[in-house]
Amino acid sequence: MNAAQFVLDVLSLGGAYALMALGLVIVYGILRLVNFAYGELIMVGGYTMFLVSGSGLPWLVMAGCGLTMAIVAGIATDYLAFRPVREKSVTAVLITSFAFSTLLQNAALLFISPRPRAVPLPELFSRTVEFAGVITPARNLITIAVAVIMLGLFSWLMRSTALGIAMRAAATNFRMARMMGIPANLIISAAFAISGLLAGTVAILWIGRIGTVVPGIGLEPLLIAFIATVIGGMRSLSGAVVGGFLLALIDTTLNYTLPQDLLKFRDAFTFSLVILILLWRPEGIVRGPASGQRT
Amino acid sequence: MMATRNWWTFLLLGGVIVLVALLAELVGDRLLVRITTNLCISMVLVIGLQIFMGNSGILSFAHVGFMGVGAYTSAVLTIPLQMKGMALPNLYPILADVQVSPYVGIALGGLAAAFVAALVVYPLMRLSDAAAVITSFALFVVLHTIMYHWSDVTNGPRTLFGIPSGTTLPLAAAVAIVAVLVALLFKESRVGRLLRASRDDEIAAASLGAHIPRLRWQAFVVSALLAGIGGALWGHFITSFSPKQLWLKETFVILAMLVIGGPRTVTGAVVGVLVVTASFESLRALEGAINRAQVLSEPLVGMTELTLAVAMIAVLALRPGGICPSREVGYYLFRGRARDP
Repeated sequence: MNAAQFVLDVLSLGGAYALMALGLVIVYGILRLVNFAYGELIMVGGYTMFLVSGSGLPWLVMAGCGLTMAIVAGIATDYLAFRPVREKSVTAVLITSFAFSTLLQNAALLFISPRPRAVPLPELFSRTVEFAGVITPARNLITIAVAVIMLGLFSWLMRSTALGIAMRAAATNFRMARMMGIPANLIISAAFAISGLLAGTVAILWIGRIGTVVPGIGLEPLLIAFIATVIGGMRSLSGAVVGGFLLALIDTTLNYTLPQDLLKFRDAFTFSLVILILLWRPEGIVRGPASGQRT
Repeated sequence: MMATRNWWTFLLLGGVIVLVALLAELVGDRLLVRITTNLCISMVLVIGLQIFMGNSGILSFAHVGFMGVGAYTSAVLTIPLQMKGMALPNLYPILADVQVSPYVGIALGGLAAAFVAALVVYPLMRLSDAAAVITSFALFVVLHTIMYHWSDVTNGPRTLFGIPSGTTLPLAAAVAIVAVLVALLFKESRVGRLLRASRDDEIAAASLGAHIPRLRWQAFVVSALLAGIGGALWGHFITSFSPKQLWLKETFVILAMLVIGGPRTVTGAVVGVLVVTASFESLRALEGAINRAQVLSEPLVGMTELTLAVAMIAVLALRPGGICPSREVGYYLFRGRARDP
């Protein structure tokens, strides 16, 4: 193992993790909703690409279809699972998002298949390249590049557009933001749509590693996003990115150093860390805006 | 001590369980007896979850984790000695020579789950709302990971087999009835009442001197005790299982039963189990019939869960308290009597 290899691994894994975490935290920040159906948005993106794979369209168009459907599924989460119970308790919202996740997963089982389905990938994804003296799969470099572009785009959106500023205002104090004339439903739908866009991007990058999609594919990204957001700070968007890269650093370090029979307990360690952080430093590494309750 | 109407609730709910069990025994159909036994086991688990969730108002994802603790504890202690070498070749020597009857195993399974819960969850009880849910989910993942990889004791991801069959319908029904009693007694106890006060208004309850983390902790331990007993009953019912059967799908079914029935009442828990089991089993029978008829090219899977998920969202949107939102069944009876001239 050499240093360049290690750095490259951390950056490519961290890029994917950061996008996953960001998609979860954009909804949580505004609504205090832990969207359990987030992993299923990734699944929807993957299955869409499988469904259009026979069409002979160029790959970029197919990827675009995947992204679009993930966004649609994100907005559908808002309308079907979230809006009907928004005025009720936090618990009700969490349960509906969990139910919606089960619904999407079983729809995939019922209407497609429980077996893995191959997703079209461009030949570039499986090629290896030499970069900075290291031989690495090209998809790792693609992941890093896409993560940089998406994070740049995202930060521009949140800082410089009216929508982004309105969303940040809603995340700080939802009720106050509404009083200032920010349309609540639009902001919430936008948050879900962005969450879907990030999930779709993750779907392409994540499935690029495996090559197939199964109904349960969303669970691992969801768990990763969970840990990353808790480490980085549930209330802060930059915290999610920091958390994603930090988690990638922890995971990669453990992978390189931990003996095999302890490595399988890695999830137990990282989730114990989640519990400890929520107990002793619930705001995570990056403190978000001061508290404000959901409507 | 409970008020008269709560005893009526107990008698009615217990009566329903007895009636269902008797009916299944009288018909004598093997499949029906199995379904009813499963129903009683689910009832123990759902009532266990109701004790924590209903009284504290906090959603807990860890319940199936504690069910697993109970199931594995009882399994390891009851697998016959001659089977143990095959089922768990690397078991620690202290445990390798132990063999107790399933009844003792079930009790110890419950105690083990309660013990683990008592040790681990106290600090978690300080959290409310979303943070509490995430920590309970994290705890569930930790428990699951341990069960999945601690091969010496759980046989890892592979199926653990050789567990002696011990759960009969009368036993499961009796435990379910005891669970109803425990849940009602807990609800009406000082701890239960204070906890429900904290559920409705955390700040007001704390200002009156309610020690909320301790109250929640007490409820959680009782809840884990029932989860462990339910898990052990389940283990001795199906006699071989793997950690994959103690994961999100099972959590979803148990949660759906409680949410559809009404998490705030014991009646709701019982009704939820009955309603969901009835619809689940008929859908499953339908699914099986379609698959046997081979109308479709591939076997149909996931229809039951899909329907359950839709039902759950519909209940939360249209009747958020579930079928029995706030009153136990005895209340209506008692009210009716009081009004009689």
